[in-house]
Amino acid sequence: MDSPVDQTVLVYLRENGLVGTKEGCASGDCGACTVMVGSNTEGRIVYHTRNSCITPMNQLAGNHLITVEGLGDESQLHPVQQQMIAHHASQCGFCTPGFVVSLAALVESRAAPTREAVLEGLSGNLCRCTGYGPILASGLSALKLEYRSSLGSRRLIESLGQETGLCQFYRRPLSEPDLQKDILENPGARLVAGGSDLMLEVTQEFRSFSALIDLTGVNELTEIDEDAGFIEIGAAVSYTRLEKFFLNRSKPFLDLLRRLGSRQIRNVGTIGGNLGNASPIADIPPVLLVWDAEIELVSSKGKIRFIRADSFYEGYKKTKLKKGEYIARIHIPTMTVKHFHRFYKVSKRLEDDISSVMGAFRFAGEGGVIAEARIAFGGMAEVPVRLKKIEKMVVNRALDKELRARLREEIASELSPISDVRASSGYRLEVAEAMLMRALDEFSGNERINITELELDA
Amino acid sequence: MRKLSDKPLKSFPGGSSVVLGKDMAHDSAIKHVTGRALYVDDLPEPPGLLHIACGLSGIASGHIKSMDLESVRSAEGVEDVITAEDIPGDNDVSPVYQGDKLLSCGRVDYVGQPVFAVAATSFVLAKRAVKLAEISYEETQATLTPQDAIENKQFVLPTRTFSRGDSAAAISRAENILEGEQMIRGQEHFYLEGQISMASPTEEGGVHVFSSSQHPSEVQKLVASVLGLRINQVNAEVRRMGGGFGGKESQAAAVACMAAVFAFRNSRPAKYRLSRQDDMVQTGKRHDFWNRYRVGFDKSGRIEGVSLELAALCGCTADLSEGIVDRAMFHADNGYFYPAVSIKGYRCKTNTVSNTAFRGFGGPKGMMAAETMLDDIARFVGRDPLDVRYENLYQAGRDMTPYGQTVEQHILMDMMKKLEKDSNYRKRRTEIEKFNHQNKFFRKGLALTPVKFGISFTAAHLNQAGALIHIYTDGSIHLNHGGTEMGQGLYTKIVQIVANVLCVSHERITVSAARTDKVPNTSPTATSAGTDLNGMAAKNAAEILRKRLLEFVQDAYGVEMDSIRLEDESFLFGKDRISFDEVIRGAYLARVNLSANGFYKTPDIGYDKEAGTGKPFFYFANGCAVSEVIVDTETGEYRVSRVDILHDVGNSLNPALDKGQIEGGFVQGMGWLTTEELLWDSGGRIISNSPANYKIPTAYDVPERFSVALYDKPNPVETVYRSKAVGEPPLMLAISVWCALRDAAASFSGYSKSPPLGSPATAEQMLRAIKWARDQEAAS
Repeated sequence: MDSPVDQTVLVYLRENGLVGTKEGCASGDCGACTVMVGSNTEGRIVYHTRNSCITPMNQLAGNHLITVEGLGDESQLHPVQQQMIAHHASQCGFCTPGFVVSLAALVESRAAPTREAVLEGLSGNLCRCTGYGPILASGLSALKLEYRSSLGSRRLIESLGQETGLCQFYRRPLSEPDLQKDILENPGARLVAGGSDLMLEVTQEFRSFSALIDLTGVNELTEIDEDAGFIEIGAAVSYTRLEKFFLNRSKPFLDLLRRLGSRQIRNVGTIGGNLGNASPIADIPPVLLVWDAEIELVSSKGKIRFIRADSFYEGYKKTKLKKGEYIARIHIPTMTVKHFHRFYKVSKRLEDDISSVMGAFRFAGEGGVIAEARIAFGGMAEVPVRLKKIEKMVVNRALDKELRARLREEIASELSPISDVRASSGYRLEVAEAMLMRALDEFSGNERINITELELDA
Repeated sequence: MRKLSDKPLKSFPGGSSVVLGKDMAHDSAIKHVTGRALYVDDLPEPPGLLHIACGLSGIASGHIKSMDLESVRSAEGVEDVITAEDIPGDNDVSPVYQGDKLLSCGRVDYVGQPVFAVAATSFVLAKRAVKLAEISYEETQATLTPQDAIENKQFVLPTRTFSRGDSAAAISRAENILEGEQMIRGQEHFYLEGQISMASPTEEGGVHVFSSSQHPSEVQKLVASVLGLRINQVNAEVRRMGGGFGGKESQAAAVACMAAVFAFRNSRPAKYRLSRQDDMVQTGKRHDFWNRYRVGFDKSGRIEGVSLELAALCGCTADLSEGIVDRAMFHADNGYFYPAVSIKGYRCKTNTVSNTAFRGFGGPKGMMAAETMLDDIARFVGRDPLDVRYENLYQAGRDMTPYGQTVEQHILMDMMKKLEKDSNYRKRRTEIEKFNHQNKFFRKGLALTPVKFGISFTAAHLNQAGALIHIYTDGSIHLNHGGTEMGQGLYTKIVQIVANVLCVSHERITVSAARTDKVPNTSPTATSAGTDLNGMAAKNAAEILRKRLLEFVQDAYGVEMDSIRLEDESFLFGKDRISFDEVIRGAYLARVNLSANGFYKTPDIGYDKEAGTGKPFFYFANGCAVSEVIVDTETGEYRVSRVDILHDVGNSLNPALDKGQIEGGFVQGMGWLTTEELLWDSGGRIISNSPANYKIPTAYDVPERFSVALYDKPNPVETVYRSKAVGEPPLMLAISVWCALRDAAASFSGYSKSPPLGSPATAEQMLRAIKWARDQEAAS
């Protein structure tokens, strides 16, 4: 198999006659192109969903790729396909293959037959016809059926792209020294992990990459370690893995991760990508700012330097990352994760949406008195910002009405957010204020729940 | 004579022929779930296929001073580049009135207007090439809002009014008077399959066009016109669309015309597929409306006089805005009687993309005006909004619409009372008030709203349809009709109808793609009337064949026609039972014509648009919904916690499909009124131009408690098996969500005042409404 380095899985499939996988947006937002990818994890094949429209084909070397056509056909339907028919879960049918694959992935991973699990698995699939009810019902029914997977018997995709004859450069190094060698050999090559941002240059702006270095195989960058008082997260660790790691370590972070992108995006998007992309509305940076994280940058010659998360950003979409450097790891002091912390996200849509405002708070201290404070916001300035003045104002002070009034004034003078498609400046400011007040309340013992946590027992 | 097929028909079990009223699966369901259903972009690409991209205007208003396309022409893969002069026939691709140019002739009227087009050897190369154009403009002042258009008197079509009685006098006589205004944003269709067409030259010198269109006959007509051909030289074919929702009623034609021009010029097949972003920038949407009202009412909240002004942002051309604004005006009463009324509709001309049909076709915006007004009245008089709605419902004696049609079927009161009871409305209302009283950070809201929606094209001539049925010698049946399948299940329902008339299994019947060479001069599949019209035409064709077969049996077996029964794929008379297959074989040998075309036109309708009176609608479809929401009062974020719907589809032909339309329509309407926010910048560029910044509902937004019930009563007028249209009306049931959100905000004013709230009621708008209500309460 030959494939240009920037060819997406979706284009590859459709050019090769597998047209069941659809293009709805080519930006990873609608899920019509969802495919299942099986990768060898600790000796067994584990399947996850991803948006084929922003996945480089070369990235799938050595994996199983399962499309809707591979799940079943008229003579032998997959349980999900059967249930979708029985529940009248397709109308126009265009989004349907994506839903079938997302649900099949849940069946494959033996997800619990709960509404929550199905919703979570479908968070990256849009349907404009059905209103989703019958699709959810299909998923629930399929998860309750007995199922024996037959996917494991499929053959793996051969190695791709190493010798394309197209003078192209695609490397998938397995270690940091190899990564450094590849960068040295081709300093102009773009680094790709999840591709959820980078590949938009190909699919939305129609640019071409002739050289890519894939980070997803680099052992050291895909590990999470915890020792010597630090949590060390490799830059190519996906959000899905972060969810698992933080499951019992931070509920606020877990809740935030579950509102970051969709299942498909979280399966591929990485913490390093979220940092390096330097978007002012990225959700991870404010978290790292309040956790006092340090970012480990490594040059192609192996030179290591550490930069505090709060000085990593230089301006709009600009970071301290130098040419030839890559983000290797994020070091988070274990202690800060144990402190009181809260992350609040407000977006137009509750699921799979970019934040209008994202507020992160960490307070150390006892008895309602803050000894150390970290407050950071995304979506409020050109870069994710820490509000150091406000932090000082809350330390060792009674969190009373008078202080709160002054904080409100101060936050309004310190922040001047923009108005854009997501929210107006005034709204952003109001929400930021409300988030700060809520964090203080919660620190003082008046816990509140997020709207997403409400039990809707109307 | 050729040998007839006498193979046993294993796939034609003689099962029950009674399929009407059953939950039959969508005819393409298996194909959908296995990925085998083919959309235009899935068809095998013929050799030499050209891929098209358009260069778009970068400004909202002005003239092109110069356009240098040299680098475009010499770009990799480019095979052809055209501007308006290269169009062989007429450059105008408007559906009704003139104005929509396939390519700009120098004047540009919106950002995103196609100004030149490229055909290249691949989609990507075409997209790269169009970026290389150097265009300079002479900019003129752009009009971007309905308010500015009214001030500048810029309209795409004349303003119309319908009125009855002296509304101004009735309002000023009334005990109470309220005024209000409201901005209601439009909606992006976001069909999952973007606009697309593929055209191939034919040996007759014409073209065959595959299109994703709700209106193949218009595609055919406009392609012929753009190429300077006769209509019979063009054939348009639509097997299915990946969603339409009105967006592919008129606006699919330009896409097809562009593909046809390149196919014609180059004698090569050509495909034009809009990327998602191009689709969101380049094609029309639901209209924004700016509504104003003035209403007089008594102390119980009963309306005495209403004056309404509805101003639609039509964009730069008329497109379908005549009918859309008419329909907004026709629905500004929703289910309520206005004793004296004046309704004025403006069709504002702006420098934005020409807005178009979208499920409801103006109706939702008229209804929003009514429901907003009813809530305002209720809070003013201090009654539950539901009671004020009851107070004003049409009923016998109070049954004349503002446009002179009498409402004859009064079922809304019964439906709403039933839903009120079944959903525990009163008890929940009390509990919510208690909850709101006790809760600092969350507030709940509740609303029950009705829908009364008129069915028929208001342009009377469109209310016609044709169908074609062939029965082959093996007893298999081929069915074709003028309707298009966009997911609504039209094909399925029509198979059910034909199977019922001929008393055969639906498995005998194959429906083929809508094609203009099979059924000519068709109307768009729109105004919810797809089944009403095409179902009747197909029924007519099936009945003609049924009669011919009965006559054949009568003659061949010497029995009285009256004594022959059709049952379960058989003809029964006396003790004899002759199978359908045998009858067909016999009929063929006896030279009976086994092909028939059917036709239908809706009786008894007519509307004088100049006078503003008449009977535009054959009947009304009704429904009601009660929605409950919970709102975070510090951020304005909210969730819909429960929805109960009772909807009137007459006799349901297929309850599963009907419920699918109701549920899906509701969620689409909910998106329109909640998170889907169309926004433009000050230069007229749309900034909500991708799914990353335009948010349609996800599964998470739909409450777990979501019940849909059908109101079991046949249509009193003679529609196909007394069913009712179901495509559009349910969308407007979602107004209950919007009213519930406003109800939650109004709780801060002790329900004494209605906070100003536009649509969509985003979290930001909700926070603003909450703040307003809090300020009111603080001030009082």
